[in-house]
Amino acid sequence: MTAKPTALAIDQLIDDRRTRIIVCCGSGGVGKTTVAAAIGLRAAERGRHVVVLTVDPARRLAQSMGLTALDNTPRLVDGVNGAQEANGGSMHAMMLDMKRTFDEIVEAHADPDRAAQILANPFYQSLSSSFAGTQEYMAMEKLGQLRRADEWDLIVVDTPPSRSALDFLDAPQRLGRFLDGRLLRLLVAPARFGGKAGLKVLNAGFGMVTGVVTKIIGSQMLKDVQTFVSAMDTMFGGFRERAEYTYRLLRMPGTAFLVIAAPEHDALREASYFVERLERDGMPLAGLAVNRMHRSPTARLSAERSVVAAEALRAMPASESSQLAITALNLHAERIRQAAKERRLTERFTAAHPLVPVAHIPAQPEDVHDLDGLRMIGTSFGPS
Amino acid sequence: MVVSLRDTDWDGVRLHVVTGKGGTGKTTVAAALALALASHGKPVLLMEVEDRQGIAQLFDVPPLPYEERRVAVAPASNGHPGGDLFALAVDTESALIEYLEMFYNLRQAGRALTRLGVFDFATTIAPGLGDVLLTGKAAEAVRRKSGGSPVYGAVVLDAPPTGRIGRFLNVSSEVSGLAKVGPIRNHADTVQRVFRSPQTVVHFVTLLEEMPVQETLDGIADLKEVGQGGIQPGAIIVNMVRKCLDLSAKDPVTHPRELEKLMAGLKAAGLAEDGELAADLAAELADEARTQRTQAGQRRLLDAAGQPCYELPLVTEGIDLAALYRLAESLREQGAA
Ligand SMILES: Nc1ncnc2c1ncn2[C@@H]1O[C@H](COP(=O)(O)OP(=O)(O)OP(=O)(O)O)[C@@H](O)[C@H]1O
Ligand SMILES: Nc1ncnc2c1ncn2[C@@H]1O[C@H](COP(=O)(O)OP(=O)(O)O)[C@@H](O)[C@H]1O
Ligand SMILES: [Mg+2]
Ligand SMILES: [Mg+2]
Repeated sequence: MTAKPTALAIDQLIDDRRTRIIVCCGSGGVGKTTVAAAIGLRAAERGRHVVVLTVDPARRLAQSMGLTALDNTPRLVDGVNGAQEANGGSMHAMMLDMKRTFDEIVEAHADPDRAAQILANPFYQSLSSSFAGTQEYMAMEKLGQLRRADEWDLIVVDTPPSRSALDFLDAPQRLGRFLDGRLLRLLVAPARFGGKAGLKVLNAGFGMVTGVVTKIIGSQMLKDVQTFVSAMDTMFGGFRERAEYTYRLLRMPGTAFLVIAAPEHDALREASYFVERLERDGMPLAGLAVNRMHRSPTARLSAERSVVAAEALRAMPASESSQLAITALNLHAERIRQAAKERRLTERFTAAHPLVPVAHIPAQPEDVHDLDGLRMIGTSFGPS
Repeated sequence: MVVSLRDTDWDGVRLHVVTGKGGTGKTTVAAALALALASHGKPVLLMEVEDRQGIAQLFDVPPLPYEERRVAVAPASNGHPGGDLFALAVDTESALIEYLEMFYNLRQAGRALTRLGVFDFATTIAPGLGDVLLTGKAAEAVRRKSGGSPVYGAVVLDAPPTGRIGRFLNVSSEVSGLAKVGPIRNHADTVQRVFRSPQTVVHFVTLLEEMPVQETLDGIADLKEVGQGGIQPGAIIVNMVRKCLDLSAKDPVTHPRELEKLMAGLKAAGLAEDGELAADLAAELADEARTQRTQAGQRRLLDAAGQPCYELPLVTEGIDLAALYRLAESLREQGAA
């Protein structure tokens, strides 16, 4: 009594003009970047005007999309079928530059002098290039910008390579909270809080807090943070608002989340968590794509019979043809077992989430690094 | 004391840092390597730093506290008993509290500061701080002595993935905006002395796939670039290697004679054969051949890196304690320990 999931109809999703954003998420290394690009290409070849926002494409995949520099600008991808035709689609691709995206927010919100001051601040520099969550925040921010620009009718988003898919949803708010945080303000601007009644007690411990923080990170760094905070003062509210804007965008009907997983225990468990979270937050889930599934080999011969036949051959005098057949039979048995194991794992997901549509994407024998490879992935969407 | 006579590729190394692309098997390989090292008889410490409790899961023990716990005993070898394997899950906050206690006698205050979120705050605004504390703990374990001799024969560090390892180890030695003077700075210097000595190497775990191989090669190149006075690259450990079927015969899809042989073989095995089964199986063989060619290409790239290379098999039934011991044995046979 294995549960049979609904097939995820990707073409229906991309052909529906109301679909404006597709977010590809999942745990690290499962193929988010690849699948995002494949969906973008397929949608473009079916007439949509698409921009794909990728975060970390493999080098050759980036090259094949014409992304040679990390310049935060959407580039037109060459070689998209139908692009020349009157009502053909188009595909742009861009690679996220998180630091530059951060810089641009600062430049947009502060006068030039103050912006320059912030950009030169050592603490800002470490925050904008290494804070855990900055990449997620900036991916969200860029998504918001692309959506507002309204130059494309479909945005396909790849998500940063975090361990947990949930980070994509949570990290931006964490950064927003941090920047808005009471401690940050308290630490750098005690005077402002000092007068208020009730904060006196806190103030008593305050000297100790600054003392310890200074011991740990040094007074220079604390000064950098102070300069940063006072320069950023007017912008803080903005950060949280922007994060909230994008979060709302993600909940709108034109958005579809596609969860990517590998047919492995850990990845599918992550996918489960993520699906549950999306449901809880009322986020629109399109379905699960299980990537790198091994094709079910021919059903003409079971694994058991294959093994028996190989055994029988081994008992006979060896010949070239028996050697070849033994190899083929062993390989076949191994592949059946592999495919069966992967199926079992995905069925377990479906048993827990019977309503979530599922697509299977076959493992290609080689890495995917050109448009043909992407096209192949796009074609393979659907029930297996 | 029993001293093994066997030479290994890493005689004299006492700190083994294990990195690799996410999901390639860093934790598993680090544990296997630690067991292999412990089989020389001295205790070995296996450390993890990513708040994941990966070691506890692997050894099927309750979550590890901030305390060195014995999780296994290495098998006896060459007639002497195996050493104990200890494990420790280090987290930044505990390491920071320990550090403050050591230098400032601040244990009680530590609790209060935790409640106020001061540690989160400090490690957030100074990400390098967390790393110094974590690597510091590894350096301390390497240097720790009891009665004049080292407590641990070796320390194995299950480190962050290749994407973050440079920053974590402070490979290029920029002091990341941390206090330029004072105890943290001294601490960082001590840590770097251990990491940059011949006692420390960084091993890379990879699969025979393009991205993990690329990250491995980039990582090794980064280390070599610093050269003398830098951190030494160690071995490349190719993990989850499928046992390769011998496909020396010509590809039956494109060679009709081979296809005939295959058909004959199948008939001889008593399989009713009208040619279609042979065609299907031939397609599977061709697919496999392509995969093997791709993998051979990746292997050549790895060989060219000029580091010792070990291989660990794909354990199809999943990793349990028995499998871990087998992986450890395999590493030993290949000279890793
Ligand atoms: N040789 C092997 N054979 C079969 N399975 C393996 C092998 N090595 C590791 N695995 C499995 O692969 C998965 C990932 O392994 P592991 O957790 O060690 O990787 P990791 O690199 O530490 O991952 P992360 O980057 O998430 O920390 C686990 O399920 C593990 O059991
Ligand atoms: N269906 C597939 N078949 C073969 N290789 C694939 C497939 N999907 C992804 N890959 C390869 O796996 C690697 C990781 O994919 P990537 O999309 O970068 O993952 P993520 O973005 O989730 O980290 C890439 O080298 C890619 O070419
Ligand atoms: Mg990616
Ligand atoms: Mg791990």
